[in-house]
Amino acid sequence: MQYLLLIYENEASMAGLSEAEQGQMYQEYTDYTKAIRKSGHHLAGEALQPVATATTVRVKNGKTVTTDGPFAETREQLGGFYMVEAKDLDEAISLAARIPASRTGSIEVRPILPFHVPD
Amino acid sequence: MDFESLYRDERPRALATLIRLLRDFDLAEEMLQEAFTAALEQWPAAGVPRNPCAWLVSAARHKAVDRFRRARTLATKTAAMAPLLETTLAAPDTGVGDDGTPFTDDLMRLIFTCCHPALALEAQIALTLKTLCGLSVEQIARAFLVPAATMAQRLVRAKNKIRAAGIPYEVPGSDRLAERLDGVLRVVYLVFNEGYAATSGDNLVRRELCAEAIRLGRLLRPLFPASGEVAGLLALMLLHDSRRTARVDGHGDLVTLEEQDRSQWNRVHIDEGRGLAEEAVRRAGRGFYAVQSAIAALHAQASRAEDTDWPQIAALYSMLVRLYPSPIVALNHAAAVAMAAGPDRGLELVEQIERSGELDGFHLLPAAKADLLRRLGRHAEAAVAYERALALVTQGPERRYLERRLREVRPS
Repeated sequence: MQYLLLIYENEASMAGLSEAEQGQMYQEYTDYTKAIRKSGHHLAGEALQPVATATTVRVKNGKTVTTDGPFAETREQLGGFYMVEAKDLDEAISLAARIPASRTGSIEVRPILPFHVPD
Repeated sequence: MDFESLYRDERPRALATLIRLLRDFDLAEEMLQEAFTAALEQWPAAGVPRNPCAWLVSAARHKAVDRFRRARTLATKTAAMAPLLETTLAAPDTGVGDDGTPFTDDLMRLIFTCCHPALALEAQIALTLKTLCGLSVEQIARAFLVPAATMAQRLVRAKNKIRAAGIPYEVPGSDRLAERLDGVLRVVYLVFNEGYAATSGDNLVRRELCAEAIRLGRLLRPLFPASGEVAGLLALMLLHDSRRTARVDGHGDLVTLEEQDRSQWNRVHIDEGRGLAEEAVRRAGRGFYAVQSAIAALHAQASRAEDTDWPQIAALYSMLVRLYPSPIVALNHAAAVAMAAGPDRGLELVEQIERSGELDGFHLLPAAKADLLRRLGRHAEAAVAYERALALVTQGPERRYLERRLREVRPS
């Protein structure tokens, strides 16, 4: 099965990290990404620009309405994701628990709903 | 022939194997029900088969194959039938061994799936009662005081999540087994408490919940023979349940442990519970349930309230407070210390909990304080505390108990 692992963290506290701490975090993510590539679980994964750069888009009565920022103010913000292949939820949970942010923030594990778009 | 108890005993294992074979909770339940109907027709004349569980699984599987055949025109049904036919045709007896071991594996799979931590706790409880205990949606709904439609919805959502999120039908690996077993025990304990703690609502259904929780405990015992915590939980439930009749009087009012007629305690449960508690302490001396079962055993072995070994009970509670801190455990510790070392020592501890604010709004805190003040002869303060407890209490019997105490401390 395929799962999306959504990484939520408090941006403000992430921004407060020292250079050394940021370097260590970067290293941890690099190691993790390499490890799950090697084990064959990795399908995709990216980090996101901060929420301040986000734009929310809606179409109302045929008009595109854009607003600054995300839909809701929350304590933790979506900061990145991995898409993984896992045998079952237990394996996906184990993969999620190895993401560095699982210790400081939280990881939402969402199964992918297979949806085939014909060519 | 007692078909009902036979079915009750065979049902969980047969269902567990069918869920693995059919990969569908609802279909497995339905087919097993049909198989049992067939058994009711055949067994009285032909006799109960040597391995009733194997008979039921086999009959249910054939019924599922029949159903798939009839629906064969649908491509999806054919796809669903493939694994079933494979196992049926290749090895008719796969998973149905005479020694019972494969059934046991499936039963463990089912237990761990129902109590999977990715399901909401109330969903775990509902699924366990529905699947492992065979209670109806209506029974579970009545026990938890929610509309049947809400309970049905909860079960549908849980089964959907199992399927869509890929919750495995597996026994967790040894690295996670202990942690996951804790989760299973918590579900069983919550079922028991739901039946035991509350005296409101439908009493019959609540009594059933206690019986089901004990039944689950008995189901787990042979699966985890070396687990002190499994023994401890079963001991704890049996020892509490032994006081069922004595703790409520003819008017439905609560009778405190001190005032209970101990000749009404269920000796059979006590003997079994004490034996299990000893084993629990031997195997898991510091386990959450093991320690509590030791406390319950100490209460059970006192033939009069004044013979209770309070110093030992207070020591065990102090161990619980240290290992598994919670304000409720702390409150029980305070009550035991009050009995062992005097109400003033207990009161100090209760006031500590009060200052922490952790039990604000919980009626048992002012109720405990009131009892201690009453025993210290500080009646005016006790009355204030009883009034505060009365403002928070919701259960009828507990309310009447507090009102009675309030009358005692208030000069008429």
